[in-house]
Amino acid sequence: MNAILSLIAVIGLVLIPLIGVKGANLHFLFGIVVPYIAIIVFLIGVISRVMKWGRVPVPFCIPTTCGQQQSLPWIKQSKLDNPSTTSGVVGRMLLEVLLFRSLFSNTKFELREGPKLSYGSTKWLWLGGLAFHWSFFIVLVRHIRLFTEPVPAFLKNVEALDGFLQVGIPGVLISGVVLLLAVTYLFLRRVFVPQVRYISLAADYFPLFLIMSIAITGILMRYFLRVDLVSIKTLTMGLVTFNTKIPEGISVIFYIHLLLVSTLIAYIPYSKIMHLGGVLLSPTRNLPNNSRMVRHVNPWNYPVEVHTYQEYEDEFRDKMKNAGLPVEKE
Amino acid sequence: MYNGGKIIAGLIIFVGLFTFPIFYNMGKTSAMPEPKLDTPVIKQLVEKRCVESKEYMRANHMQLLDNWRDLVIREGNLVYESTGGKKYIMSLQNTCMHCHSNKKEFCDKCHNYANVKPYCWSCHIPPKENEI
Amino acid sequence: MAKTPKPDELSKINYTPPQSAWMDTPAELKEGNWCYGAKPKNLETLHFPNPREWRVQDEDWKLPENWQEIVLQGMRERLDKYRSFKVFMDICVRCGACADKCHFFIGSGDPKNMPVLRAELLRSVYRGNFTTAGKILGKIAGARPLTLSVLKEWWYYFFQCTECRRCSVFCPYGIDTAEITMMGRELLNLLGLNTDWISGPAANCYMKGNHLGLEPHTIVGNLSYMLDDIETVTGIKIEPTFNRKGAEILFVTPSGDLFADPGTYTCMGYLMLFHELGLDYTWSTYASEGGNFGFFTSNELAKRLNTKIYAEARRLGVKWILGGECGHMWRVLNQYMDTWNGPADFLEVPKSPITGTVFENTKSTKMVHVAEFTADLIKNGKLKLDPKRNDNLKVTFHDSCNTARGMGLFEEPRYIINNVCNHFYEMDELTTREKTFCCGSGSGLNAGENMEIRMRGGLPRANAVKDVAEKYGVNMLANICAIDRAVLTASMDYWVPGVKVTGVHELVANAMIMKGEKERTTDLRGDPLPGMEGNE
Repeated sequence: MNAILSLIAVIGLVLIPLIGVKGANLHFLFGIVVPYIAIIVFLIGVISRVMKWGRVPVPFCIPTTCGQQQSLPWIKQSKLDNPSTTSGVVGRMLLEVLLFRSLFSNTKFELREGPKLSYGSTKWLWLGGLAFHWSFFIVLVRHIRLFTEPVPAFLKNVEALDGFLQVGIPGVLISGVVLLLAVTYLFLRRVFVPQVRYISLAADYFPLFLIMSIAITGILMRYFLRVDLVSIKTLTMGLVTFNTKIPEGISVIFYIHLLLVSTLIAYIPYSKIMHLGGVLLSPTRNLPNNSRMVRHVNPWNYPVEVHTYQEYEDEFRDKMKNAGLPVEKE
Repeated sequence: MYNGGKIIAGLIIFVGLFTFPIFYNMGKTSAMPEPKLDTPVIKQLVEKRCVESKEYMRANHMQLLDNWRDLVIREGNLVYESTGGKKYIMSLQNTCMHCHSNKKEFCDKCHNYANVKPYCWSCHIPPKENEI
Repeated sequence: MAKTPKPDELSKINYTPPQSAWMDTPAELKEGNWCYGAKPKNLETLHFPNPREWRVQDEDWKLPENWQEIVLQGMRERLDKYRSFKVFMDICVRCGACADKCHFFIGSGDPKNMPVLRAELLRSVYRGNFTTAGKILGKIAGARPLTLSVLKEWWYYFFQCTECRRCSVFCPYGIDTAEITMMGRELLNLLGLNTDWISGPAANCYMKGNHLGLEPHTIVGNLSYMLDDIETVTGIKIEPTFNRKGAEILFVTPSGDLFADPGTYTCMGYLMLFHELGLDYTWSTYASEGGNFGFFTSNELAKRLNTKIYAEARRLGVKWILGGECGHMWRVLNQYMDTWNGPADFLEVPKSPITGTVFENTKSTKMVHVAEFTADLIKNGKLKLDPKRNDNLKVTFHDSCNTARGMGLFEEPRYIINNVCNHFYEMDELTTREKTFCCGSGSGLNAGENMEIRMRGGLPRANAVKDVAEKYGVNMLANICAIDRAVLTASMDYWVPGVKVTGVHELVANAMIMKGEKERTTDLRGDPLPGMEGNE
């Protein structure tokens, strides 16, 4: 149900420019206005979301420790999994953000007769996730060629690496294919793993369909439907130089791709995709385990009602004296 | 704000990276590249038409060339019949570059603009051009 | 009280989620899975809201008229106070990596015991009331209103989480269900919805200094029984001090060890070790609890109970504090105490009077874990040990959730065990250290009436023990947690009969050769030492 709703939403998004551009000639709206709105919504949204998180204090030092603490000098500390210094935390965060280290240690269990539980390592989610995020990132970087003139030199290398297979004309870029495969894997997993299906919301399927359709339209444009790249770049360069133009002859598939991308960009700040910012602010990962060495201050720490020793002694003084315990007041 | 310094620095870096093309292109005017069609051979043509229509060539010339290569090298077929029924010898150097003898002003104009690196010239010899 | 099913029945677990979506499947509060509600007298003692007689199985929970408003206001306040709560409400992508990491899910198959869904119980209400998308799109955006059925579901599942943090290890963003459960329990407590088993010990601790409600003379009395037993076994008479001003060290340990087997043997271990060292230390009857059932209730109550430790250290004028073997006690001491009740600038940086080692890692909190202390003693050759005395034991070690994932105390206890025992075997590495499984009864769930869910939650740990018991003949499960000592005993009897449970310092005391001791024939439990069978 959640999946179907999301699919309908994405199909709707595909139909809008099909009708709007083909039928109503709204090139300016879909080529210029929508992307600008999307970018503005995105930037304001991301900043305000992160600021909202930033305004909330971190009252306690609560890292999840995943290795040996720093204690006696002859005991080897796990400096990355249980960091006690800033550099350790930076290392832990880098491994987490760039290589998804926590997911790498994923396990699965099996219950057999007996009962007998056994555990094994499972890397599929890690691999799928890593392939998805990295290929998406490379696809994103490759698109810089549409927004810069002259194109920075490093992009030539990125593209050369990405297309090292030298198959087909224009050469197949691996990142796009991997992105489509990975996002399909993430979708199938959501549908076929009963537990994951059970927890999935429309907000989980929608971005998957959206990204899937972005990848499909991108691949169609490059390899099958053939669009005029020079005209497209003229449009995109117009956007970044605030000198907007709608060149003739851009196929409607481009406007579909552009609306899908705009939707994704504008959707990010208000959705779970903000995890890319949130992971950096996650107190169980971004704090050192040094709270016995350095006092962590809670800005809203307030005095609380306590039961004092005097009150305690007043209640038990006789019993304490009988038991031979020292008391403050005789 | 708590850890405000780090968070704001992070946001500035993020916004900076995201809007990098705006700064990178600042002050430049972007004009659509216009491949030059003013070679002597083209000037002399009565009907200024490539092997196929301009629109088709713009979007599909790479497929066409790829196809030509396969036909010539793998099948030994040397003649291309265009949609209009005209016949051409399938040769990059002798047919295409005969008219478009200005690689720098024709091919490279768009390829550079779009960051495309065709590997035509790793085998073929580009036409000699007069440095302008 | 519901009858707990037999192990072979309980281990038939169905992992297929129900046909109906989770939001459309109201929680069925099954007996054997929940604890009795908090009694009014305990809530009154603690000055908590809405003290009243109520029963979980009743339709009417006697909530205040405006209970929704109270909960939502409470949520708003906490979203502004805890970045963890706010961020964890926003960023979960429901990848499902945590789903099968929870011992309660493994043992019950109930999808709402998947950490992600446990958090969604709260997140759905957050979306419905605090996010624009949720307010507009409602159910499509994963939002739902806060109804009585939702509240009961919270109650049921937030007291089926032991705040063990195992899910947080596997989460790519470190989302920690313990944080969510803590918030959920705080919100429930705003309506007087605690369990009797948590509010009772918390009230005891508040008034009497310890969970069990041992009054000062009882503590002295309980210890003197142990001292008699020590004298019987070793021939040595020990005279510890209580509430003594001017001692160098204050010793604080969970009160469970003063009360019931096998924790009492661990306590005897401390007494013997400190006597042998001639340590200048004192017990306190006021701060006679290291554990903190406030931590299972609310941040504020946890701080109220924890205050006693520093207050007593200050009153007695000790130099530093030594803490006994306990799980969540050390989560609190490591990650909360200094923030709540510090700075402990009236204490000195802990220095072992025996070895001279300065515990630099505790220079702010000034509280040392007894395993750190003892490991240092052994490393410096200050103890005479005869591990052969533990040769009748084949030992494995259970990492407590809190010392594992809220501290990282892994090598110290292993080093000690390896020096006092000859037969030590590790369990499956995917069930130890940071991946350790909870005993199944932590965070205040160790009551009697919820035995079914305890045994379900205890299955993964017990099953890993069973594995080494079958492979290597392991017959003793060592740990460094008072709740473990109490509840693993029950879980072993249920799932792996024949395996006993011990604290690490019981093993130390058995192996330690004391000055002037008589030839020992039995261990602290009165069982014959290896080679001494038949000498009785």
